[in-house]
Amino acid sequence: MTEDKDRNETPQGQAAEERGDYVTHAKSIGSWLFSLDHKRIGMLYAVTVAIAFLLGGVFALLVRAELLSPGEDFLSAQSYNQMFSLHGIVMVFGFIIPAIPGFLGNFLLPLHLGAKDVAFPRLNLASYYLYLLGVALILVAMVAGSVDTGWTFYTPYSARTGPSVLFLTMAVFIAGFASIFTGINFIVTVHKMRAPGMTWNRLPLFVWSIYSTSIVQVLATPVLGITVLLLFLERLLHIGIFDPALGGDPILFQHFFWFYSHPAVYIMILPGFGIVSELIATFSRQRIYGYMAIALSSVAIALLGFLVWGHHMFVAGQSVVSSVIFSLITYLIGIPSGIKVFNWIATMYKGSISFKTPMLYALSFLVLFTIGGVTGIMVGVLAVDVHLHDTYYVVGHFHYVMVGGTTIALLGGLHYWWPKITGRLYSEAAGRLAALLVFVGLNLTFFTQLVMGSRGMPRRYNDYLPEFTFLHQLSTVGSWIMGAGLFLVAIYLLVSLFRGKKAGANPWGGATLEWTHTGPRPDPHNFHRTPFVTRGPYEFDRIPELVAAHRDEPPPDAQPDVHLNQDRT
Amino acid sequence: MANTSAAEQAAKERALAHLKHYFVSSDQQFDAAKMGMWLFLVTEVLLFSGMFVAYAVYRVWYPEVFAVASTELNPWLGGLNTVVLLGSSLTVALAIHAAQTDKRRALVVNLFVTVLLAAAFMVVKYFEYTHKFHLGIFPGEYFAYEEMGQRIVPIFFSIYYVMTGIHGVHVLVGMGVLTWLALRAMRGHFHSGYYTPVELAGLYWHLVDIIWIFLFPLLYLI
Repeated sequence: MTEDKDRNETPQGQAAEERGDYVTHAKSIGSWLFSLDHKRIGMLYAVTVAIAFLLGGVFALLVRAELLSPGEDFLSAQSYNQMFSLHGIVMVFGFIIPAIPGFLGNFLLPLHLGAKDVAFPRLNLASYYLYLLGVALILVAMVAGSVDTGWTFYTPYSARTGPSVLFLTMAVFIAGFASIFTGINFIVTVHKMRAPGMTWNRLPLFVWSIYSTSIVQVLATPVLGITVLLLFLERLLHIGIFDPALGGDPILFQHFFWFYSHPAVYIMILPGFGIVSELIATFSRQRIYGYMAIALSSVAIALLGFLVWGHHMFVAGQSVVSSVIFSLITYLIGIPSGIKVFNWIATMYKGSISFKTPMLYALSFLVLFTIGGVTGIMVGVLAVDVHLHDTYYVVGHFHYVMVGGTTIALLGGLHYWWPKITGRLYSEAAGRLAALLVFVGLNLTFFTQLVMGSRGMPRRYNDYLPEFTFLHQLSTVGSWIMGAGLFLVAIYLLVSLFRGKKAGANPWGGATLEWTHTGPRPDPHNFHRTPFVTRGPYEFDRIPELVAAHRDEPPPDAQPDVHLNQDRT
Repeated sequence: MANTSAAEQAAKERALAHLKHYFVSSDQQFDAAKMGMWLFLVTEVLLFSGMFVAYAVYRVWYPEVFAVASTELNPWLGGLNTVVLLGSSLTVALAIHAAQTDKRRALVVNLFVTVLLAAAFMVVKYFEYTHKFHLGIFPGEYFAYEEMGQRIVPIFFSIYYVMTGIHGVHVLVGMGVLTWLALRAMRGHFHSGYYTPVELAGLYWHLVDIIWIFLFPLLYLI
């Protein structure tokens, strides 16, 4: 840490100031909106994803506020249906699927690999605009009215209800292609763009998790594409494939839908695993325990995730034999997930742990994801699920994974990489307070839902029996506490942009390339010269010598070979 | 580098004009592009897989309906289209070979012949579709063909229209891409050192061909 104090006085720091880093080297709006730089595209995602999160969050708060007391309060039943549908659709397709790969994945993947950019920068920008178009269409559908299908668009209802389904299916189709293109881009980048010496077992675990995520994106999303395309045609031309009135089969839609949407929950959670691995290693100052086990368990989850979709359909009328098989394979997912949790705990053992804000999120993640995972196994148990299906227990379970897992990991990653992205430090005290608020609020919101669900409170109802009043009120108060925590995060991060202390190149003492080989904010082309990697990503004992060796390099201008191809396009 | 003449230097620059700054070498760039294309083809296969599954499910449930309904399709026209598409796969392969061996004329001719064959495929498809519309064979709810009133028959034609329709969209996209490449080839954009787009479009075109090779027997023959 001490060697970072005088970072800006090094030759590299001076050179970077003259040419500008990735933020300052070009200032026009067009240079952001049409940038092919993976870091700037990552920022475009960050802003859009944040807006989607805000929107989805407001819908969630409205849903919770309506449930403060039994009966219809300020939302009619129809508006309530629209609110929870929009909450689900915006959060799933607008926020949680693109959030970590689009934002942190774009920003970090080439930096972690020692590459100048992703393999296909133009495709990368196209992905972003497809995603933006998808979000815009969701908003159009919202205005067109009666988005009341839930995020699952089950037929035959979705083939009959209001016209918004046409826009929604288009939105999902287009956002799906954004996801596919990002996945293709990242897989090829990991395979083909690694710096010399960056072998597969020297990849940071974040890269492994993004790689596994990309596999799922590429293999699952096309099936969603054809599913919503068929639904679109069903709506438009009444082709009858999913319509029982014409001899079609609505269960087929559910099979198609969950063939994508179960793997999709691993698109959502796997990147979170990657972030948590980075956080726990860095803030324990400890080489990660069981590197290969963590890396390959991500791949295992990605592949097993394709074989469990039927556990969403235990009561939908599939055969008992398939239900039993799907239930058994679902248990298997617990093994690689458990491997990860135990390895993270083992990494912390005898480490010198510092409880900085990102680490608080990582520790929250361990607790919350474990609750989410264990409740997931419980709803995967065939007999138990018949009781718990379509209750708040399921809602509580997947919110523990999606909010307690992915969103908490994203927040941890956001705080961890904030100095690298913005070059500024945020207020540590405010950060810790917000982490606490989010943790408390989240548990209060969703643990009560687990309890309600186990007592039979069905999901998606705008009304409930009087005996659930107290638990619903607790849950709503929890949502306010969580909302306050997230609001606080937004405030102090924005304040830090203008008033934050300048961060050094490596404020946390991280050992991956973005910390050791770039300035406080990376260059437009990431590295002054392509790194030659001689060590693993968590060899913290070798950072000081590495930084020192790096500093002894002659200034980049003395090395014309570095920018050999820079101006050829 | 010091003793190479300015002309040689310029020639080298031109040969490397396609190389993007974030790649180290042409080989790395070519390998990356090709891997990306193969992954894209995987997603294409999965896109069609949903429809193949729908076909399989309904065929297993209603084999006799499918047998009757498929007699409405003309296997001779389908067979003609199969030959046409197979021929276009040959010409696109010849185009790639021509690009690899710096035969610009052969490259351009083969690309244009491929586009023409694709157009022929679409013309035949047009006559097949209009004939069915004339008889009142529409998908799903709008099915109005008196001689086949069975309940599941419209679903067979829904699947037929969706599968051949999405395949046809792929043929149209391929025609656009191949025409664009032919125009670029005329201006000499491709040579043995750089023919990545031709190779990638060829891969795509073979996939379009292969999907038809599955569609033809499933819909027309069995």
